[in-house]
Amino acid sequence: MNTIFLYNFSGLALFAIGLHGLIRSSHLLRKILAANLMSSGIFLVMIVGAYGTDNGMIDPVPHAMVLTGIVVSVSTTAVALVLVCLVQETTNRVLLLQKKKRARGERTDA
Amino acid sequence: MNWGGLLLVMILLSSLVPGLIIFALPERSNRPRTFLNLGGAVLKLLLILLMIIGIYQGRHFEVRWQLLPGIELALNSDPLAALFSTLSTVLWLLTTLYAVGYLEQSPNRRQFFGYFSICVTVTVGIALAGNLITFLLFYELLTLTTYPLVIHRGTKEALAAGRVYLVYTMSGGAVLLVAVAWLQVLAGPVEFGRAPFLASVAAEHEGQLIVLFFMFIAGMGVKAALVPLHGWLPRAMVAPAPVSALLHAVAVVKAGVFGIIRIVHDVYGIQYAAGLNLLLPLSILASLSIVYGSLCALREDDLKKRLAYSTVSQLAYIVLGVSVAGPMAAIGGLVHLVHQGLMKITLFFCAGNLAETLGVHRISEMNGIARRMPLTMAAFSIGALGMIGFPPMAGFISKWYLGMGALAAGKMWVVAILAVSTLLNAAYLLPILIGAWFKPQDCTWPEQGVTARLETRWMLLVPPLVTAFLVVAVGLLANAQISPLAWVKLIVGMEYGP
Amino acid sequence: MPDTAFWAVCLVVVPLFFAIICFVRSSLVAVLGPMAAWLNAFAALGMTFSFVHSGPIRYAIGGWQAPLGINFSIDGLSVLLIAMTAVTGLAVSMYAIGYFSLRIGSAREISRHEHQRAYFWPLWLLLWAALNGLFLSADLFNIYVTLEITGLSAVVLTALSGKAAARLAAMRYLLVSLLGSCSYLFGVALLYRTYGTLDMTVLSRLISPAPLMWVSLALLTTGLLLKTALFPLHFWLPPAHANALAPVSAILSGLVVKASLYLMLRLWGDVFAPVLPLSAYVLPGALGCGAVLWGAGQALLQKRLKMLVAYSTVAQLGYMFIALPLIRLDAGSSAWEAVIFLIMSHACAKSAMFMAAGSIFLKAGHDRIDDLDGIKEVLPVTSFAFVVAGVSLMGFPPSGGFIGKWLLLGVSLSSGQWWWGIMLVIGSLLAACYVYRVACHLLVFKAPFYSRREFIPPVMEWSALLLAVLAMILGLFAGYPLGLLEAGGPFPAQACLEVMP
Repeated sequence: MNTIFLYNFSGLALFAIGLHGLIRSSHLLRKILAANLMSSGIFLVMIVGAYGTDNGMIDPVPHAMVLTGIVVSVSTTAVALVLVCLVQETTNRVLLLQKKKRARGERTDA
Repeated sequence: MNWGGLLLVMILLSSLVPGLIIFALPERSNRPRTFLNLGGAVLKLLLILLMIIGIYQGRHFEVRWQLLPGIELALNSDPLAALFSTLSTVLWLLTTLYAVGYLEQSPNRRQFFGYFSICVTVTVGIALAGNLITFLLFYELLTLTTYPLVIHRGTKEALAAGRVYLVYTMSGGAVLLVAVAWLQVLAGPVEFGRAPFLASVAAEHEGQLIVLFFMFIAGMGVKAALVPLHGWLPRAMVAPAPVSALLHAVAVVKAGVFGIIRIVHDVYGIQYAAGLNLLLPLSILASLSIVYGSLCALREDDLKKRLAYSTVSQLAYIVLGVSVAGPMAAIGGLVHLVHQGLMKITLFFCAGNLAETLGVHRISEMNGIARRMPLTMAAFSIGALGMIGFPPMAGFISKWYLGMGALAAGKMWVVAILAVSTLLNAAYLLPILIGAWFKPQDCTWPEQGVTARLETRWMLLVPPLVTAFLVVAVGLLANAQISPLAWVKLIVGMEYGP
Repeated sequence: MPDTAFWAVCLVVVPLFFAIICFVRSSLVAVLGPMAAWLNAFAALGMTFSFVHSGPIRYAIGGWQAPLGINFSIDGLSVLLIAMTAVTGLAVSMYAIGYFSLRIGSAREISRHEHQRAYFWPLWLLLWAALNGLFLSADLFNIYVTLEITGLSAVVLTALSGKAAARLAAMRYLLVSLLGSCSYLFGVALLYRTYGTLDMTVLSRLISPAPLMWVSLALLTTGLLLKTALFPLHFWLPPAHANALAPVSAILSGLVVKASLYLMLRLWGDVFAPVLPLSAYVLPGALGCGAVLWGAGQALLQKRLKMLVAYSTVAQLGYMFIALPLIRLDAGSSAWEAVIFLIMSHACAKSAMFMAAGSIFLKAGHDRIDDLDGIKEVLPVTSFAFVVAGVSLMGFPPSGGFIGKWLLLGVSLSSGQWWWGIMLVIGSLLAACYVYRVACHLLVFKAPFYSRREFIPPVMEWSALLLAVLAMILGLFAGYPLGLLEAGGPFPAQACLEVMP
């Protein structure tokens, strides 16, 4: 088992764990953490790909992509966290599942 | 510069533009609105007269607009188109006058007259359509523009009737759309006004063409109120009388029948359709409609509903005429397009007069009413006698030709159907006349109405008198050069000729 | 005469610049916002003209070549979609000016409304810049970035109204969007690993069946389907679109969902098309049929106008997915043209519908459909706009929707797979059902109508009407968009003509 395979596997595992957490957790903060975990897994898979070329040169493109991806991920997390605060402020809860029931009874707004 | 094409576009615009302006005018501006309505109608009539003069001189007008390769809008002016558009315009002029008088105190007139004008634009568009896709476009638009008229009163029954109307016409429209698209895939864009189109197409698709024929008949049969697709028509009688008059004599049902005529004559062609054995089922369907419509009319007490079922029956005469292979029968059917329009609109105008002036809706209340409203009932009588087929009224001419044509084609059962239906027509129309003229009044009418010099407002009285006069004139002058009969003979001659 | 590349860069830079200024100087928002909208429309017009003049191009931003630099690829499809965005965006911006001025006029809750207005414009302009960038991008990663920006702006716009339902809907939207983006990004990563490039044109030539390619396709598709809300992944869309402020609903339904739809079309119709068997296309087609039936059914059951319109979006998106198998079946380019017509007319019509629904809500104080009888007396222009937009959605001639439906019907009948065509026709009939469910209340006269608010600015009514009429007459002028497509479109035959980077 070489390290490349280990890294790939870890990336995939992180993605899977994140996916599981995103879908199954009920607490909003846990969902956001899970999403972050998913993106970390993807970044890992991307970086590992940079080392796979035959002539020993490291491919710079995946690095650029991961850096951009990290920026995107940070902004998304920031927005998500603020939204969690706003949701908590209006409905006083942070569990999405219970909110589903309340959401059906709410009025629509223009 | 394509002056002919411009003429055709102007004919359409002459009612579209007033319609749009009417939408922009405020609700209370009655005089400008009336002026626009009538002005537009007169202008349209003049333009159509120009077109007819041009056709008599042998000219052919056409205009095309390509949307996409394979979708081209075309208007053209062949004699059949001219016939239908003239009928629509003349009757629209009269109906507009009638509607202005009828709706004098009603709210919401702006929307009514706006859609009314657009409705006629679309009907004339159907008449002038030069190919199947233009026809389809205007046909679907007709559904849209007549809906607000049907639900005009806003009551629960009106909305329910509107819903039924939409269900029927939209389903028919969907079937028609698939049929037109299918035919276009098989045979390319379908043009009217040229020699019958499909005869030149390869014979390997015959099975599909047969299915397509019935899809076309189904799609158009909804608007043409063929049994069993006629359910919407009696229910649509909750609309005000001008709308019923328009729907039954001018626009919607005539568009459906016109479509069937186009399919049989201009798309499939009589010889080809006969060769595929398509005409016999159509005749049977038409005969069924004739008899069923008359039977249902017998059972109705509401005057407008009885007239609605009568329309179901009378329209099927046209389809019967078209489907009996033979020029005389085709003449009978096509000329009945005009004659039935005139007679039926007379009947509806009179029914509207009775409802509006005296509040009478039911036949059982109509005893002795001729004493109170003699002119109206005189017009009604002329229309009714024409429907039954008394000479010299217009209805007699069409039934004569239908009968002769059926005999010439050797179809005795058609003659029998004609005879039976004439008897049934008499059965549901004569009692009304007898009751109105000869029986004394036996119930008080809901409203006594105005007892002025004229029995009702002049705008409600003039249109039925004019159309009744036309019913007689068209019958008496049937052999003249300018009568609808001569015109129809020209059209059928082109179809059956060399 | 500035060339296409200049206009393309303008289209991204101008809204972005104005977004930042609007954020910094929120007092000037009422002036800067519409100015940005008009400048954007002007730039789109300029780009269309220079595209007609000089044809499709590829432009490397800043002169930095791919793969590290970002490329713009401008072909007929991009130009049409940018034009559509510009026109719809302009109408929505005009509507928004009227909308926010009205809300600020009312005495109570002034500070909340001012806060909404202050944040609406920077977010909307940012979203617009991102959409323009998305339609112009040539490679899949840049698309990811612009997709993310679009999604984030859309989420925050959804939450803007401040009500609990809106915030919850926004949270759900964000989480779904995150899931979709991660899935998409993973697909992109795998694609890069297999082929070494992310440029769409190059990929369409290099693509070959490989195990990782199938995984990547699955991931990309899942991500995009989540974002486009195709049945059965549509659960987040109705609450989000219905609970948002009126101009935001128009933007979301009219424009944002089109971004991921466009990507699905590019991927399945262009990039992956050489390797996908016909049977693979049955999946999105079948899901599209499901969406049409489900969306229309749900729309009929709704009691609120905005929820009905939101479910109508679900149904109409399904309509466009039915076109995917037909694109594959079609030997010529009719199916592509049809889809583009459907997209353009849906964007205009749906935005008009939401704008009209918003005006109705403000006027009546509620949006219960059954209590809307007689509103046409007080809001005639808006009622008419709603009915016209609905008719366009039903695919009545001569609207753009009819052209799309007709072309797809022709393709499905001539290729023998007539069931797609029948499904389209059934979809139209169902659309007629729910449109007329509302229209029968909008066409009826009943006096007097109780209005909660006396005055609705004319710009709100007329922008909805103009957009609806545009959707309706789009069919009559069908030749012009098609001319643009001929100049350079994503059709298989023409892909070979595009220049290598």
